[in-house]
Order: sequence, then structure tokens, then C-alpha cells
Amino acid sequence: MFTEILRGLRTTFKMMLEKPVTVQYPEVKRPVRRRFKGRHELRRYDNGLERCIGCSLCAAACPADAIFVESAENTDEERYSPGERYASTYEINMLRCIFCGYCEDACPTQAIVLGDNYELSFTDRRQAIYGKEMLLVPVKEGGLPTPQKTEPGKFNRSIPEMNNPD
Amino acid sequence: MAKQVTLTIDGKQVTVPEGTLIVDAAKKAGIDVPVFCYHPKMEPVGMCRMCLVEIGRPVIDRATGQVVKEADGSPKVQFGPKLETACTTPVSEGMVVVGASEKVKAGREDILEFLLTSHPLDCPICDKGGECPLQDLTMGFGPGESRFIFDEKMRMDKHVPLGELIYLDRERCIQCGRCVRFQSEIADDPVIGFYQRGRSLEIVTFSEPGFDSYFSGNTTDICPVGALTTADFRFGARPWELNNAASICSQCPVGCNITFNTRREARSGGRMVIKRVMPRQNEAVNEIWICDKGRFAYHFTEGGGSGNSERLTQPLVRKNGELAPVSWDEALQVVAERFRQAGSGLLTLAGGRLSNEDLFNLRQLTQGLGGQTALYTQMAGGDLVAQVGVGQGTNFADMGAGSAILVVASDLHEEAPIWYLRIKQAVERGAMLIVAGARPTRLEKYAAHVVRYPYGSEAAAILAMLNSLSAKRPNLPEPVQALARSPELQAAAKAFAGAQNGLVLYGSEGLGLEGSQALAQACANLLISTNHIGRANNGLIAVWQRANEQGAWDMGFRPRTDLAEAMKSARVLYVVAADPAGDDPSMAEAGEFLVVQELFLTDTAKLADVVLPVEAYTEREGSFTSGERRVQRFYPAVPEPAGLKADFAVTGQIGQLLGLDLEARFASKVMLRIASQIADYAGLDYVRLAEVVEQWPIVGRGDVYYGGTSYENSQGLGVQLAPAAQRGAAVPLAWPEFASQSHSQQASAEGLLAAPINRLLDRGQTVWPSTLLHSRIPQPYVALNPADAAVLRIPSGAMLQVTLNGTARLAAAHLDENVPQGVVLVPRSMGLPIFGPAPVEIRRAEVVSA
Repeated sequence: MFTEILRGLRTTFKMMLEKPVTVQYPEVKRPVRRRFKGRHELRRYDNGLERCIGCSLCAAACPADAIFVESAENTDEERYSPGERYASTYEINMLRCIFCGYCEDACPTQAIVLGDNYELSFTDRRQAIYGKEMLLVPVKEGGLPTPQKTEPGKFNRSIPEMNNPD
Repeated sequence: MAKQVTLTIDGKQVTVPEGTLIVDAAKKAGIDVPVFCYHPKMEPVGMCRMCLVEIGRPVIDRATGQVVKEADGSPKVQFGPKLETACTTPVSEGMVVVGASEKVKAGREDILEFLLTSHPLDCPICDKGGECPLQDLTMGFGPGESRFIFDEKMRMDKHVPLGELIYLDRERCIQCGRCVRFQSEIADDPVIGFYQRGRSLEIVTFSEPGFDSYFSGNTTDICPVGALTTADFRFGARPWELNNAASICSQCPVGCNITFNTRREARSGGRMVIKRVMPRQNEAVNEIWICDKGRFAYHFTEGGGSGNSERLTQPLVRKNGELAPVSWDEALQVVAERFRQAGSGLLTLAGGRLSNEDLFNLRQLTQGLGGQTALYTQMAGGDLVAQVGVGQGTNFADMGAGSAILVVASDLHEEAPIWYLRIKQAVERGAMLIVAGARPTRLEKYAAHVVRYPYGSEAAAILAMLNSLSAKRPNLPEPVQALARSPELQAAAKAFAGAQNGLVLYGSEGLGLEGSQALAQACANLLISTNHIGRANNGLIAVWQRANEQGAWDMGFRPRTDLAEAMKSARVLYVVAADPAGDDPSMAEAGEFLVVQELFLTDTAKLADVVLPVEAYTEREGSFTSGERRVQRFYPAVPEPAGLKADFAVTGQIGQLLGLDLEARFASKVMLRIASQIADYAGLDYVRLAEVVEQWPIVGRGDVYYGGTSYENSQGLGVQLAPAAQRGAAVPLAWPEFASQSHSQQASAEGLLAAPINRLLDRGQTVWPSTLLHSRIPQPYVALNPADAAVLRIPSGAMLQVTLNGTARLAAAHLDENVPQGVVLVPRSMGLPIFGPAPVEIRRAEVVSA
């Protein structure tokens, strides 16, 4: 009988010496996989201009009807994105979102991407609606916040060959 | 009926009238022949080469003239060596059209590949994206990929305002010329054109201000790409996000069928808002066009803006001298109590923008109390229109050779642009147009006869025409006697009398209530005497100043010439959808108690004891009766705002508090009561008004490439009422007491007479809140002849102090050779109090130092 106990404990002792599988969340966070689909981000070009041009194709593609976009016109005095059109309102209802990533596929400027953040919690329904200011990523170093005052004629195309405009 | 031709398109036998183009024949058969430059309302030009098909014709033996048969007995068909354009080729007997072959498919792919070499493909931000023929046809008929290098695309200006209303994107233009052709062929406003050629071809405007046309918005509907877009909608939403609601334009008596596109908008606090107005097909009313006023002047329904254009949101009752918000129950109780006390001392004054249901309830309420009703307008004659109005089935599109149209005292291009458009087209089909006016107007270009009379002699001029036809000779005033002898007038009268169909449109230019009543009677006499009544395409049309004035007449409302006195003596004045105090400050002295039912806090509402806020017509149901007496139904476009009621409901509830049997809940039930009590409307209900029949051309279905983005009419074509003459009633002649006052009696000491004219874009309460149009609305002005101005030493553009009806206002002086001498033209609804011809004093305003 004693040997049976020891045989059983052998697994226990062996496991005590091995690296643990669990992590101490939230103190410790495990990095997500490359194709993980977390909370959306609205990206910017290096110069700080928003990639989003307010075309609503993400909203059209969304199977859960979670995205609402309203657009307005850029001017060189007050420019948010390259080209004539920008999103004046951009909202995603995270309670509706099923994280399918169709919005990413639909986006002609790769403005919306599903990021790494999976920590979504709300205390009421209104909080679940993420506005543009929450979704937009911060301006990188060397860029300027939007709206920018820009040189006339420089950013007159909405889809600047998918690269960073200089 | 035209000869019928049978041909085969893609194996399907089609029978169409001779002269039909292959592309139309295919459309009728339900086969798509893709087109860009062809439009069913315009002459084909064959520019885009998208419609290329294989066409085979039966071989005819020259010797016998018989069709050569194949061995199996079927006719031998000879195909051409090349593809042919389906849009310029009329059908012929035995023709075989093949659109589904490999050769045709390759042709279409090549055309699309070529078009896309210079197209920017910025569909994501393009307003047309989603309802774009180029997108649709590329998906349907285009090649999967291009052999051209993306970087070699044409780069052109993307942001070119063609004036304040329409934007052009030069890159997107595929040079189909639909817009240029529309402006020159249909609107006859050739203010845009082609510049340069080949790949550098550009659309340019050469008017000042840019794209100066009342029809400019239609070019955005027929543009097969997003090259032309409106400033009003620009980036407002994507087409697939929009809801649509059928409605009727409330800006003029034409009654154009429109569709409101709506969307929930974060900018407006999450409310449903109207994003744009699109035409809705009604081939008997507006075809697929609307004017720019109808397209852009809907903003008054939204409230906001400046001045009096903020919408009222709750009932107001005057307490301690101030208007204070109260509950509906309280406000209605106050009003009902006052109405009960007033009894026959109640005067209900209604405006012509109310629906039939509102007007019916108002009339029932007032009659139930023994009070009086009055219509707030400056034009009369609706009773005559009900008698000798146009017959059922009247359609300008059916008028051509053999039809005569007489337009008198109206500048249709300004007052009812769509009628201008349709009359112009009738003339092009061979109709004979007579324009009688005191000054030249745009329509005269198409007139076979022009009758020029002095202001004040409108009715007399028509009677002079009648005189030249018959022996009856009422005493004509001096200036017209000479006119009556003129060969031009006699020729015009003869031509009108001799025409198979005769139609008269009369307006209110230079006229007030008495003058327009006399003119209507004179026109009625002319129609009766020449037997142009009681049939389709014959009769009288009034060019009213507001959308539903005909409906108001039909509901029993009449204007009053003694309105100012009646208002003062009324114990309780109930003003609905009218602003007499705003139009003329001298009307501000109302009776003992004033109830105003309105959208806005107008000048009259500011004086009121009770103000009742109502829903705009976009927020509720109802019906309008157009100038052609077509009853048409409008639907709610946006949800009713909390705390507001429809006009008929407010009136109905007041009536119920007073123990009257009025319908206050459903507009449709009010219509049933109208049908049971008003003979002309017998048999009408909302179901009948919603009936539709197949219309040609086919627009607004899946195929925006063919007719443009106008909406298909699936919500009702309306019902045209039969005038009394058509129902067999005897219509007697009556001789009006016309022009008792001659010009010199009416004119001021300086010898000047003010004549009111109507402008399309004015400063009225339903236009001014649309700020986009401000650039097209001039400062208040009066127009006078340079000779008069020279005598008074007034230079062009000088500021004048204009004194009319005892009120002095500032206005700029426009000098115009076309204005008759001794007359000052004063536009209505431009801030100057004018109701009819009146003496006017003008002098240069003191120059105010800045």
C-alpha cells in the first residue's frame, strides 16, 4: 500500500520541479499569437494622419452590425486623413462584435486592425461602444496629432498606394 | 398606333413600336445591354461604345424583294462584319441581335478596361460608390484585371466646385457627356461643356456663378460615375446605408414625386435625419427630374439655423405677457375654451403648405363653431380650376402637334421649373405655345406667339384674345384696345382656338387677389368659348404660390380681400402655417386672441397668445393636390419628434374638446371623410393614392446604369381629379370686372407702380433655412427700367428706400431694360411687403457711414 502512495506522489514531486503552465494573470500576461484577433485599433501613418477615410466598408462588411461610421470632408487647413474624406464619427459596439475580422479585410487603407487587447469589460452597455478617440492609436514619434494643417495639394489622394505618404 | 416590329434579342422574340432603339427594346424584354452615354430621356450619341452588339438583318432578294430563306425555311440572316451600337440603331423587322456572344463579351471587356485606365478607383470615398453604373457594369461585364500600369493613370483635379451646389471630380469623369447633353437638350441651360479633347477632355462651366441652372442637381443623378456630386450630400453617407421614404415636394404646385433618403446621425444626437432628396419617377408629373429648390430646400424641416427657423418643440401660452411652455392638455384646453367663447367670432387663417387632411379638419372645426375660414394667399381662381381644370389623364408628355398651351402672367422657369421643362419638351414635339406676359420671360424662346400687355391688363389681354374670335365685346380698357387690334394677338387667339387641345396656365405675376380672380375668369371664358374643357390635356392650371393651394380651395377655403379688417375684428384668430405679421408688419394688429399653429416661432407666433407646435410634413402622412389637380400622398420620412402633433391631429383634438366629431388620429381616416363629403374627392382613399402602374423608361431598379439614380415609383402615382366640366356639369361664362383701375390711378405720385413677381429661390420660411442656397439668393431688390432710374437719378446697385403699403424697407436697385417703364418689379417673399400691384415710392437710401 505504501508503495502505491509513493508511486502516486512520484508524479506530484516530478511536477513540482517542472516549469508551471499557468501564469499569474493579471500580474503576468502571456503574449498573444500572431493571428490573434483582439480589440480593434485605428492606425495612423507615420506622419500622424489617420489611415481611416470614413468609407464605411467595414460597417458594410460587419456581420454583427457593430460598426457605425459617419464621414466629413477634409480641408488642408484641418486635415485628418489623406484625401477628401475622413471619419468624423467611428464607433464599434464591442458587445455586438464577434471578432471575425471582416472589417480588417474590407478596409482599403488597412486602417482598422484587430489588435492584441482582449481585456474588454464594461459595467454598462454604453461603455461597450468604443468611439474614435478610444480606437485611434497614439501618434508615433515624429508625427503630428490630427487635425493637421497641411500643404495644399500634397495629400489629395485617399488611398496613397497603401504606403506611408512622406 | 405606330407600326409594330418584331425582332429577336438573344433568342427572345420582342415586339416593339417602329423607331425604338435596340437598347430600349432589350430593356423592355428584360435583357441588359450595358450603356454609359445613352439615356432613355435623351437623344443617343453612341460615344461610349459600351452597348456594342452583333446585329444581323434578314437578307432581302433584290429581284423579288422577298426575304431569302435558308434550306430549313427560316430567314437567312446576314451579320455585319463589326459590332454595332445598340443605342443608335433602331429596330427593324426580322432583326437578330446577339449580346451574349464571345465577340460582344470581348468588346465590352475592352471598353471597360479602357475606361478604367483613367479612372481613379477611389470607390471607397466616392459618393456614387454603391449605386454606380461603372462599378456595376465592371462587375457584370468587365475584365478581371487590367493590362495597364496603375502608375500611368491620368491624374486630374479631384475637387472642382462647379458653382456652390455641384462638385466635379475630373478624374472620375468617363466623358459620356450625359450632363452636358442634359443641360443643353433637356434643361436648355447650356452652362457646362467640354473643353479640350481626347484624354485631356474636361467638363467646365462657363456661367457666373458656376453651373447656374435650376436643374443642376439632375446631372448628379444621371452621371454614370461619381464625377458630379452635390455639395449638400457630399460624403453624407454611403448609399446602401440610407433608408428611403416616398414623398411629394412641398415647394411648388407641380407636386414632384420625391424620395427622402434618411439615416440615423450621430452628429444630430442620434436622430433620424434626411440626408438627401432624390426624384421619384412619375411620368405624368415630373418624369425623373426635380429642380434644385426641391432637391436642396428641404432643410427647413430640420430646424436649426438662424433667426426664426428654430423648430418649436412644445406648446406655449402667454402668461404675464411672456410665452411660457405648457403641457398639450393645458394649451388645448385654453384654446378650446376661447374657441367656444368666440363661436362665430372665430377666423381661421390657413396657409397653402398644409395638407388636404389639415385643411379639411380646420374647415370642419371652424364651420362647426359657426366661424369663418380664409386662405392666406395672394392668388385666386381655384374655384374656376375645379370647374374647368385639366381633364383626367392630362399629361404634358402627351402634348405635341395639335396642342396649344397658353401661359399667362407667370414666369414658369422661376415659379414651376418642371412645368417649364415639360412645356419646352411639348413644344419640341410640335405643340404650339403662346406666352402672354408684361415682360420677356425665358419661356418666350419657345413661343409661337408672344402677347405683350401692360401690367394691370392681364385679364383684359385674354379677353381681347377672346374678342378677336367672337363678337362678344366687353369694354376693354384703353391700353388693351390697341393690343386687341394687333395682328399678333389675333393670330395667337386663332391658333389657340383652332388647336385640337388647349391648355391655359395662369400665374400671379403683377397680380393680387382681384387681378388673379379676373384673370382666371378670363382664361376660363377663353377655354369654354373655344371648347377646350372637360377633356384630357385641355383646361386650366393655376401656377399657385404654394404646394397645396388648390387643395385648400377644394376643401372650401377662399382668400379674402378684406383680410386685414377681418383679422382685426375677429374675436379669436387661428393662424395655421401662415405668417401675416412677418410678411407685412401692418398685419401685426390681430384681434382679441391669437392662436398660432406653426413649425417655427414666426413673427406672428411671437405675438400669439397660444402657440401650438406641429410636425413638419416629413414627419407625418398626408396628401397634397397639385396644380394639375392630382392628389398625391406623402409618407413619413423621419420619426415624429416627441411632443409634436400633426396639424390635423391638433385641430381634431381641439374639435373633440368642443364636442365636434373630428378625426384626430389617422390621416387616412380624414381622407375617408374628405371622400365622403367633398364631391370632387369621392372614392379616394390612401390605398387608391398608392396605386402604381408600370412606367417607361424603367428606372431605379437594379440597373442604375440605364436611367440614373432616380427612384422607381412603388408608392403611388396619385389620382387626378375630374373637373366639373368633365363630369358633365354646365359651366357658364361669367364676365369679370377686370382692371377697373388703370395704371395711372394705381401708381404713386411719382408715377410708379409696384408689380409683384415670383422667384424660385426667395427668402421665404421654407427656403431660407437651407444655407447652401444663400449664395443663389440675392439681397432684397427691386427691378426698374433704366429710363425711370435715370429720371430718379438712381444708379444700378444703389440702395433704395422702398415704401410699400406704408412700410419702408431697404432694397437694392436692379436696372433691367425688360422692365416696362413706370413699373417697379418687387419679388415676393424677399422681405418686401407686397401682395398685389400697389403704388410704390422709392428714393435713394441715406448712405450709412460705416
